[in-house]
Amino acid sequence: MCPSPTREIRRTRPGRAALLAALVSMTSACSGGVLDPAGPVGAADSNILIVATVIMLAIIVPTILLAFWMAWRYRASNTRVEYLPYWSYSGRIEAVVWSIPILTIMFLGGVIWIGSYRLDPFRPLPSAQPPLEVQVVSLDWKWLFIYPDQHIATVNQLVVPVGRPVHFSITSASVFNQFFIPRLGSMIMAMPGMVSQLHLQADKVVTTFGQSAQFSGDGFADMTFTVSSVPEAQFATWAQGAAGAGPMLDEAAYLKLLQPSRNVPPQAFGGVDPTLFEAIATQKIAPGPGPEPARPPHSGREVSALGSR
Amino acid sequence: MFGKLTWSAIPWEQPIPLITSLVVVLILLGVLALVTVKRWWPYLWREWITSVDHKRIGVMYCLLGVVMLIRGFADAIMMRSQQALAIGTSQGYLPPEHYDQVFSAHGTIMIFFGAMPLVIGFMNFLTPLQLGVRDVAFPTLNSVSFWLTASGALLVNISLFVGEFARTGWLPYPPLSESTYSPGVGVDYYLWAVQISGIGTLMTGINFVTTILKMRCPGMSYMRMPMFTWTAFAASLLIVAVFPILTATLAMLSLDRFFGWHFFTNDLGGNPMMFVNLIWAWGHPEVYILVLPAFGIFSEVFSTFSGKPLFGYRSMVMATLFICVVSMMVWLHHFFTMGAGPAVNAFFGIASSVIAVGTGVKIYNWIFTMYGGRVRFSVPMLWSLGFIFTFVIGGMTGVMLAVPPADFLVHNSMFLVAHFHNVIVGGVVFALMAGIDFWFPKAFGFRLHEGWGKTAFWFAFVGFWVTFAPLYVLGLLGMTRRLQHINFPQWTPWLYMSVVGVGILILGVISQVVQLVVSIRDREKLRDVTGDPWDGRSLEWATPSPAPFFNFAVMPNVEGEEAYWGIKLRAIETQRLGPEPQYEPIEMPVNSVVGFYTAVFATVTGFSLIWQIWWLAAVGLVGAFIGFVVFAWRDVHEYHVPADEVARVDRARRAARLALLERIAEREAST
Repeated sequence: MCPSPTREIRRTRPGRAALLAALVSMTSACSGGVLDPAGPVGAADSNILIVATVIMLAIIVPTILLAFWMAWRYRASNTRVEYLPYWSYSGRIEAVVWSIPILTIMFLGGVIWIGSYRLDPFRPLPSAQPPLEVQVVSLDWKWLFIYPDQHIATVNQLVVPVGRPVHFSITSASVFNQFFIPRLGSMIMAMPGMVSQLHLQADKVVTTFGQSAQFSGDGFADMTFTVSSVPEAQFATWAQGAAGAGPMLDEAAYLKLLQPSRNVPPQAFGGVDPTLFEAIATQKIAPGPGPEPARPPHSGREVSALGSR
Repeated sequence: MFGKLTWSAIPWEQPIPLITSLVVVLILLGVLALVTVKRWWPYLWREWITSVDHKRIGVMYCLLGVVMLIRGFADAIMMRSQQALAIGTSQGYLPPEHYDQVFSAHGTIMIFFGAMPLVIGFMNFLTPLQLGVRDVAFPTLNSVSFWLTASGALLVNISLFVGEFARTGWLPYPPLSESTYSPGVGVDYYLWAVQISGIGTLMTGINFVTTILKMRCPGMSYMRMPMFTWTAFAASLLIVAVFPILTATLAMLSLDRFFGWHFFTNDLGGNPMMFVNLIWAWGHPEVYILVLPAFGIFSEVFSTFSGKPLFGYRSMVMATLFICVVSMMVWLHHFFTMGAGPAVNAFFGIASSVIAVGTGVKIYNWIFTMYGGRVRFSVPMLWSLGFIFTFVIGGMTGVMLAVPPADFLVHNSMFLVAHFHNVIVGGVVFALMAGIDFWFPKAFGFRLHEGWGKTAFWFAFVGFWVTFAPLYVLGLLGMTRRLQHINFPQWTPWLYMSVVGVGILILGVISQVVQLVVSIRDREKLRDVTGDPWDGRSLEWATPSPAPFFNFAVMPNVEGEEAYWGIKLRAIETQRLGPEPQYEPIEMPVNSVVGFYTAVFATVTGFSLIWQIWWLAAVGLVGAFIGFVVFAWRDVHEYHVPADEVARVDRARRAARLALLERIAEREAST
């Protein structure tokens, strides 16, 4: 069964349970969206999302009802209520209508301020274990994951151990992308010449998907990757098995990867050049070439690059 | 000789754009043939194309906006159906090269050439009437503004047939939009179309700031201006403040693309993040340029159809100016996930939600405007009530997105898509539809058919929610935007549901068209002989319908808020109009061809810059400059309307008003 955020909230504040249950069942949280978190970051993010929603629903539901009630009660055909053709000011009502939004936003401002600090993607997660280091490169149109400590690399496939924080260092080798695993939580941009940091953790064994959440060109729709969180021991076995098994990811192999390609199946590299990520992030290796430039017979229109379906 | 332009620029082998453009060309030729056969050219040329009358220009803006809304809606139909058809292994009917152009064109057209012209059209049509003056400060510049916008719209649509449009989204983020990753002409079409229309918009902003500051009729102090005029003023201030940012940003991107400069490239010191900051420093206030005048329309509608003054007028003015200022301090919320750090994210998150204070106050004030009123559920009022429901929910999801940790989950997702359609369709488009029904009689002299208007509203309202509610769900399920095909079959039911919603929306659009056709057919039955069909409160309803080209025979003298309401009450009380004034000749600006002329050469310049036909670009620029010089040296810029003519028009108005007074007296006697 799916352990949805409902249970957690119900523990903290029973009053919200009904609303939440409706919200959660409506979005069928079990099918693996952001309201079905598999780790602490996702859980905290979605908790804030739900709390903010509930705070605002408490204000806007009465507001909408008031609007419809007012329109209906003072309909032109209802001559039983008093007509006040000159009534257009009331200091008390003014004070209330300014106060309601101001108080709501002050409260929400607190949520925003605290949430922004607590859930800053750059901030390491509290844990007894040292984080697993993963270097992420977005390419046209696939993801490269380098495990520097395990000396392996994968394409479009991410495996992480359960219960241990993962520290992602993220860059792009061509255009902007956005690194996002919905069930693990926060996303962050992948930008050329820059390294963004992201700390995530999986708390249970799941197989889910990650994707780019920033349009990056023709192959964008297939910039998805599989994410498996596995028990620590299984992770170690997988990493040892992968090491030395596949080809080596050196600059030459990377340059081949750098060429645009679509819908790339997962693959693994059994070894990796330890300076590679640094060279990509600092653009010592030039960024990806992009689509083929227009050739004379197609002047002005881009030729779609290398459809390799 | 022709730069990058060759025969192969025309998509001979792609049936969809080819057939579409052939149909468009055929329709255009048909219209031109009809105009020629019916000998309408002299009339069109004299009364519309060269007109500098703010009302005519406003109507032309609205016409352009409506046509482009339908064009953008066609793109929307393609996007929704493509995503519903391309699930799992299926690729649907649009390959990425085409689909990416469709969503880029959809956003660009809807914002720049659909919503903006309609909003500016309303500002044009209404502001001088509500201020009790005869025209805007710079009538000819106004015509230039319109024609430059039309020129931009034309360029976007040419891209369908010659070359291609941008494949980068409606805001072309570098590095994707740099020549390395987008070597085609698509981004150039975007850049020059938006540049040319952006210059037009900037001039509109200057024109209206000047008009509202300097050209109010006697007694029309700032705190007596109708709410719509206030919001038009705030929007114009925003235009003047932020459109130069857009122009500069796009110019820098053009320099990168044309000359290999490095403002936003990956290397040699370029910084693509700077583009994102700059474009949103324009882009977020742009949202308020659209939505503030929409709020103005709702203010007029709520007050008129409740038969009461707007509740808390001063509060509304304050909230408007508050939104105007704060809207320039929130742009970073469009990219919380860039990793700016918690303090920056928190600041912009809080600033963004603070805007909700201003809008919240407005919502409550509209609700209390209905309190103690006599609410008539005419078509504009239905749109306004539909707006409150839709916009409040859109506002809520907006504040959710303004909370950085929540945004980290739904940024760029279908949730975001649903949110901004919630506020832009629910806020701006609903207002425009309300406004069209409300002010149509003032522009054309007859009302629009009520029944078809209500039908259109219900289809649009229900269709909107059936289309966009599933997108909220999809966003929470993790679906990101701009996917050409869908790899996750579990999303299928929601995608199908959304297509059903689009079907309902299509019925809404059809009803809207039917409403127009039926109303034109029954125009004699729907004719507004009074000039005041809705029991209005501001000065535009003091004029006959349609308003004469000089608006007011004599300048009104305003003695309080709701200028026309005061005049009307006095007339009803005393059972007669004020004394007939001494009619004097009126000075009006002469027609000018310079707007149309400039736009022709601007189009030539834009087209040749897109295709890098340098000599033709020079021809276009020199041609446009010659037009400017000739205009600057003109001898005659005004003409006199003789006092007799003014008296004739105004006496007819007074007769209609007297008849209206008698009818009101009869009605009151009978009840």
